[in-house]
Amino acid sequence: MFSSEITYQRKDLPASISKIGMILLVIGVVLGVLAFLVDHSRALFNYLVAFTFMISIGVGALFLIALEYAAGADWSVPIRRVVEFFAAVVPLLAILVIPLLLNMHDLFHWSHQEAVAKDSVLESKAPYLNVPFFIIRVFVLIGIWTLFYFFFTKNSKKQDATKNQKFTTINIRLSAIFIPVFGITISIAAIDWLMSVEPHWFSTIFGVYFFAGSVVAALAAVTLATVLLKERGYLHPSMTNDHLFSLGALLFAFVNFWGYIAFSQFMLIWYADLPEETFWFIQKWQGSWAIFSIGLIIIQFLVPYIALVSQPSKMNPKTLKFISVWLLFAHLFDLFWLVMPEMEQMSGGYYFSWIDLTFPIGIVGILLLVFNMKAKKENLIPIGDPKLQKGLDFHL
Amino acid sequence: MADKKIFGAVALYKEPNLLIEAARKVANAGFTKWDVNSPYPLHGIDKAMRIKPSRLGIVTLIFGLSGVALALLLMWWTMSVDYPMVIGGKPYFSLPAFIPVTFEITVILATVSTVVAMFAFFFGLPRNAHALHDTDYMKKVSLDHYGIVIEAIDPKFDEKSTIDLLNSLKPLSTAIIYLPEKETYPIFEPRFLVLLLSVAVVVSLGTYLLLNKLMYVQPFNWMDDQAKIIVQSGSEFFADGKGMRLPVEGTVARGFIPYPFEGQTNPTEVLSNPSFPTKENLQLGQRKFLTYCSPCHGNYADGDSRLNGQFPNPPTLHSERAINFSDGMIYHIITNGQNVMPSYASQVTREERWAIVNYIRVLQRAKNATESDLKFVKSE
Repeated sequence: MFSSEITYQRKDLPASISKIGMILLVIGVVLGVLAFLVDHSRALFNYLVAFTFMISIGVGALFLIALEYAAGADWSVPIRRVVEFFAAVVPLLAILVIPLLLNMHDLFHWSHQEAVAKDSVLESKAPYLNVPFFIIRVFVLIGIWTLFYFFFTKNSKKQDATKNQKFTTINIRLSAIFIPVFGITISIAAIDWLMSVEPHWFSTIFGVYFFAGSVVAALAAVTLATVLLKERGYLHPSMTNDHLFSLGALLFAFVNFWGYIAFSQFMLIWYADLPEETFWFIQKWQGSWAIFSIGLIIIQFLVPYIALVSQPSKMNPKTLKFISVWLLFAHLFDLFWLVMPEMEQMSGGYYFSWIDLTFPIGIVGILLLVFNMKAKKENLIPIGDPKLQKGLDFHL
Repeated sequence: MADKKIFGAVALYKEPNLLIEAARKVANAGFTKWDVNSPYPLHGIDKAMRIKPSRLGIVTLIFGLSGVALALLLMWWTMSVDYPMVIGGKPYFSLPAFIPVTFEITVILATVSTVVAMFAFFFGLPRNAHALHDTDYMKKVSLDHYGIVIEAIDPKFDEKSTIDLLNSLKPLSTAIIYLPEKETYPIFEPRFLVLLLSVAVVVSLGTYLLLNKLMYVQPFNWMDDQAKIIVQSGSEFFADGKGMRLPVEGTVARGFIPYPFEGQTNPTEVLSNPSFPTKENLQLGQRKFLTYCSPCHGNYADGDSRLNGQFPNPPTLHSERAINFSDGMIYHIITNGQNVMPSYASQVTREERWAIVNYIRVLQRAKNATESDLKFVKSE
């Protein structure tokens, strides 16, 4: 049954992708530099949003790779390369993080020693939240992720040539190690980058909150790329809408998971009503931020929930294309909502500035370029994977 | 054999993909009353058989939505209409607090109704007899084979052509399954009934013995029974049969000092105040005074408490007579009682009684302050 040779005609992605990616990246960089000159603080906070979005896509994709191996999934084997290409942004994080580290003092209140000395809450958090330990953590985390990315993709790539089943076994073992490591590292990343913008706040569920959002974003990116590539015939022709259904179902599950976690965080804080926790939500209710808070529920939960709830819509390429673009925006919106109200000049409410639009342009540019670069070098289908035929034969 | 009625024709396969291929062809041939059997769910079989999507989801949706409505209605009625109660300072109808309950009721109604609907309406259970039961075919497809069965009630069914069709689909083997000559109900067979009865007897006896006998057998005593005297129970050790004994004549409690002036009217010559009115001492006196004395004598010892008029009026402690009492006299009155006032010896300790005396002195001095006292207050 699984003996038949897999016929796969390698096709290069159109050259226009790298052109568009390059143009978007250049526009993003130019506008980004301009933004830093015009309004340093606002540009910096926006850059933080963009950076954490990159973590979401890269590390979330890495998690999806590990999930496929650890769960022994067949259906996702034909699209694993798409996931791997998105995970390729992980090594870039070490470069992207540099502007943030250089401007740490404008971003993180806790990095000012004189402010910490006057503040008993910050003083008690100082053993964790201090500049040297923070920088160590940043590079250790990015190092761990890069290492796992490197091993996962190297084994997968080698298998294309050798068709050796041993690499699958190795990657399964690596996944078993990576999943708990991922849980810890993504929590640390969430606390370091997103929660410490408001260092006085307490929330133990915050790491899971970011995890849920990041997997939604990575899955949305993978779904969008899969549908687009499949429509244009870059993936294997025997892939059906049943494969898309699995993506849609997973997306639906993680949208629900995000809603569950987000509500859990809100309800516990709302019910306990402790001033040291509630102020964070009150801040997100100041002026026009209230619209953002309500909007977040609608954008990241209600709309995708209704759009994906029925079985036909989970396998409809049009719905999936729309909802994955929507969810990518929703995750960006979520991060924006987490970070921006903590900016001093916006504490009273949101006001529009063109700066908020610059960095997402750069993100799209980088993702396109990285994806295109990887697609040029490697097959879009892991042709050596022993589970590939089984994955292609997948039916509901 | 000729008069036996045919239930249907079956074909067996060794591999799932061969079954799926065969199922596709049977569906193409236009049969409607047929089915496949496999030991586990097969991916892709629905499409091959051209089965329409199950309508079970509609049941789930309806019951899920009614779960939402019911839960919210229940909490709205009980928590904010019928018996409104403030919990944690939240409004009577506080949606965030109701979400978890709504979620749980939605999930339980949706899942339970799905399972019940699946068994009752979609599987047609309970069904106690089926022609495929106890056939070689059913034994094999429950283990490691995959089978197709075309029922004879299908309008296209014809014994010979159907078997030929199945044989053309490269099966392992084909067979005709006959209906039993008469409908049998194995659950009414005497052997089964006897088995049922004996299981019932064994289970009832077993549970009875376990719960009523075995549970009360003590393998180890764990010192539950001891040869000691238990409070308020008899003992054969003593001649009078009582377990509890009176203390020896003249025993006093630890820390107890007898009060030798009980019942006397004026023991003041010998009773002198041993405590010094320090701040702590006066605060203790104030606290005890407010607890035990103020209900009758008033917060400032004016005799103006709430009880005024209901009792024989408690006297003010600012009278000439009370001011002229010695410390020992006031102590004696607290300890011994006077007129209607009972003894407070059991409520207030010796030390506290002297502290109350000191505090009464403070109140008396404050009510009759002299010019020199005021000067002292001003200089503070």
